[in-house]
Amino acid sequence: MSSSPTKPLPRWIDVGLVPILNIVIALLVSGLIIFIIGEDPWDAVQIMAYGALGFDEGIGFTLYYMTNFIFTGLAVAIAFHTGLFNIGGEGQAYIGGLGVGLCLLVLDTALPIWILMPLCILVSGMFGAAWAAIPAYLQAYRGSHIVITTIMFNFIASALMVYLMVNWLIKPGQMSPQSVTFADQSHLPFMSEVFAWFGMEIAQTPLNITVFWALFCCIALWAFIWRTKWGFETRAVGHNEPAAVYGGVDPKRTIMVAMLISGGLAGFVGLNEIMGVHHKLLLNFQLGYGFTGIAVALMGRNHPFGIILASLLFGILYQGGAELAFEMPKITREMVVTIQGLVILFSGALAYMSVPWVSKVYNILAADKPVPAEGEA
Amino acid sequence: MTSSTDDTGVQPGGNNSLPAAIELQGISKAFGLVQANKDVSIKVEAGTIHGIVGENGAGKSTLMSILYGFYEADAGTIQIDGKHVQIKNSNDAIASGIGMVHQHFMLVDTFTVLENVMMGAESGALLRDSVIAARAELERLEKEYGLHVDPDALASELPVGQLQRVEILKALYRGARILILDEPTGVLTPQEAEQLFRILGALKDQGVTIVLITHKLREIMDVTDNVEVMRHGKMVAHRVTSETNKEELAELMVGRKIRADIQKEDANPGATALVVEGLTVRDSYGIAKVDNVSFQVKTGEIVGIAGVSGNGQSELLEALSGITALDEGRISYGDRDVTPTAPVNPEEVRKLGVAHVPEDRQKLGMVTDFSAWESAILGYHRDDAFQKGLFLDPATVKAHCASLMDRFDVRPPTPEIKSANFSGGNQQKLILAREIDRNPKVLLVGQPTRGVDIGAIEFIHRQLVDLRDKGGAVLLISVELEEVMTLADRILVMFEGRIVAEVAGDKADEKTLGLMMANAMTEPEMSDEQTDGASA
Repeated sequence: MSSSPTKPLPRWIDVGLVPILNIVIALLVSGLIIFIIGEDPWDAVQIMAYGALGFDEGIGFTLYYMTNFIFTGLAVAIAFHTGLFNIGGEGQAYIGGLGVGLCLLVLDTALPIWILMPLCILVSGMFGAAWAAIPAYLQAYRGSHIVITTIMFNFIASALMVYLMVNWLIKPGQMSPQSVTFADQSHLPFMSEVFAWFGMEIAQTPLNITVFWALFCCIALWAFIWRTKWGFETRAVGHNEPAAVYGGVDPKRTIMVAMLISGGLAGFVGLNEIMGVHHKLLLNFQLGYGFTGIAVALMGRNHPFGIILASLLFGILYQGGAELAFEMPKITREMVVTIQGLVILFSGALAYMSVPWVSKVYNILAADKPVPAEGEA
Repeated sequence: MTSSTDDTGVQPGGNNSLPAAIELQGISKAFGLVQANKDVSIKVEAGTIHGIVGENGAGKSTLMSILYGFYEADAGTIQIDGKHVQIKNSNDAIASGIGMVHQHFMLVDTFTVLENVMMGAESGALLRDSVIAARAELERLEKEYGLHVDPDALASELPVGQLQRVEILKALYRGARILILDEPTGVLTPQEAEQLFRILGALKDQGVTIVLITHKLREIMDVTDNVEVMRHGKMVAHRVTSETNKEELAELMVGRKIRADIQKEDANPGATALVVEGLTVRDSYGIAKVDNVSFQVKTGEIVGIAGVSGNGQSELLEALSGITALDEGRISYGDRDVTPTAPVNPEEVRKLGVAHVPEDRQKLGMVTDFSAWESAILGYHRDDAFQKGLFLDPATVKAHCASLMDRFDVRPPTPEIKSANFSGGNQQKLILAREIDRNPKVLLVGQPTRGVDIGAIEFIHRQLVDLRDKGGAVLLISVELEEVMTLADRILVMFEGRIVAEVAGDKADEKTLGLMMANAMTEPEMSDEQTDGASA
């Protein structure tokens, strides 16, 4: 029943061609659906592409979404390298945002922005990490499965936020559960403002300087995983725990450290949303980013560079999808979610579906050339 | 030592009037640039036991995987019972009457023997009929071949020898008339291996054709009728077993002469390096796996622990290396005393100058997904020499790994290759290199040559003796009696968690040791040792 591929696929096919193929399949299926409801799929693709990348406002939104996906994608990836599946990015992002909100509600006028900025990075990370710490502890020391506990903690986070927003943090005298707006001086600069410093004018979008922090986190996480002894231990625990123990690594401590980093990264979504975009605490600002992060990490093969690309793709889908719903009357918001779902399905859940076919084709093609063209990618 | 032909007197040639059970012609198979099989032809007569020997990586397993449909050959033809067949997957193989017993068992732990046997071969929507049919068939197989296994026992509760029988039963249940066994004795005790060979003999008497892949020449000599030698993907020789001998086969396998015994001087023991006193380790059920064990290892000597696998050797090794905690007693490495209240961890043990070559190299000794250079520092990865500031310094580590590979003859000597892609012998040499490189005061070694080819065995043994001669204290745990007798200066025999005897290495003989391992001796030495243990 098992027929192993005769030749291993070169890297450029594995990490390049296969994901692209998955997206193409997803788009083909989406196109079919769009065709069935009576719109032109080719038009739809053009609208999506233009909406996401065709003009400065679209690009701004795309990159803003990308920023969040990078954080949650990295969060899933680091846990994955430790052999854990952190599904709690949603809750950790939520609580990370709570941390930023509380910090700014108290200190927004008391401290200058250049102190608030590192402080809020720290606080959002610490709140997210703290929220991941409990499931991590339960996994490491009590053996409770982290998939179950992190999912549950998403619900607890959600309930906690509603309680806090409705009962304590709501701005007095209004119906919608939102806090007061933080003082202007505590806002992270939007990219439009940054460009304005250099005399360039671009459309105002939610994209703010958190995107740089996200890119920095990619590099830092790459270095941590592949270039430090702690990352070495993390991967050892993830790939072969008994060997890690033999090598003097304490798996419990390693799980704790990895999950704290994971939760912290997810918490940075709160930084982007609360300090960068909304400038006040509100409900559901994190909605969907945590879960999409799983697909992002899967698609990016848990490698920070891959996660950047996958995040960009999902940013395009989010933003292009919104444009699509706006431009094509028959395509509703729900339709767009369906398309996003198909991409997640084909590139996440069915990520390896096309591998046997690709492998077959590759073997036929490579059979002609005895020396396979080794990918340098 | 068993004889396959027992008293039935089946002639080695098999029944020549039948077409050959298996005939492979010109089989070639390449993986990328590696030519695993090159124009291999082989003919296996029906009703014989046919051995295929060769070093690890010689292409034996690839050849059999082609026969069993795991791989498709690039070129060549397969004939079963004289008919040309296309084997594209294992279903085709089963349909052609081929059954395979893998080196690593493919059983569901939580299923009973019966369920495992019928798994995948059930018929109908309801299990009941299949269960009844399977039970009847199992009884028949048991009668016919003398293959007894309790059909209602859970797989997880059976010892390995029995599990292997379940694998054989699985193949027979599917109507196999040709049985391929891939390194079947790798996981067995000598007794279990002997039982296996008795079973194979019975199968042969019933007309089953058996292909035995192994690198243990004694097994080939004991049970096979014909033997085929593979080297570097090619079939280099065919012999009738009764007309050849171990030495010739060994030469053919490695392509040069092999020294049967390693040259070593007498030991020159010095100060005591490792003291174990009244050591007891219990499992999670509270059963003492290591039971009140006491012994010492001095610098400049190799102490061997012989015993049938599963008598507490693994637990002893894990306790000594700090992986598991001790429940009673004391271990002393030089000036650090380890007791239940003063436990130790593997990192600290390593810092005390104790190196450990674990029994299971792939599970404990390395991370197979890591590159070789990463596996080459496992356990020493915190060493400052490998760091540059906060970061690991790949250039330094790779250079270190390349140097280890060079000195310990690890092939291919490329640090970037994934650890999993090295052969067993080369993985073991890399681990040994990592552990010996720092001139440890004490070296704990478990099964140093399990699944390792002959050329590498010689090399590994040499390294252990050299370490001893440089003043290292070596504790060798092995289920290979020959290995313990070759290397050890003193031999301790372990049985049911206790040390039941001590013999000087040069006075040991296989028979006496075998009896001691089965605890069937009543000699003064033995009672002495027991009193020692009890008084500690």
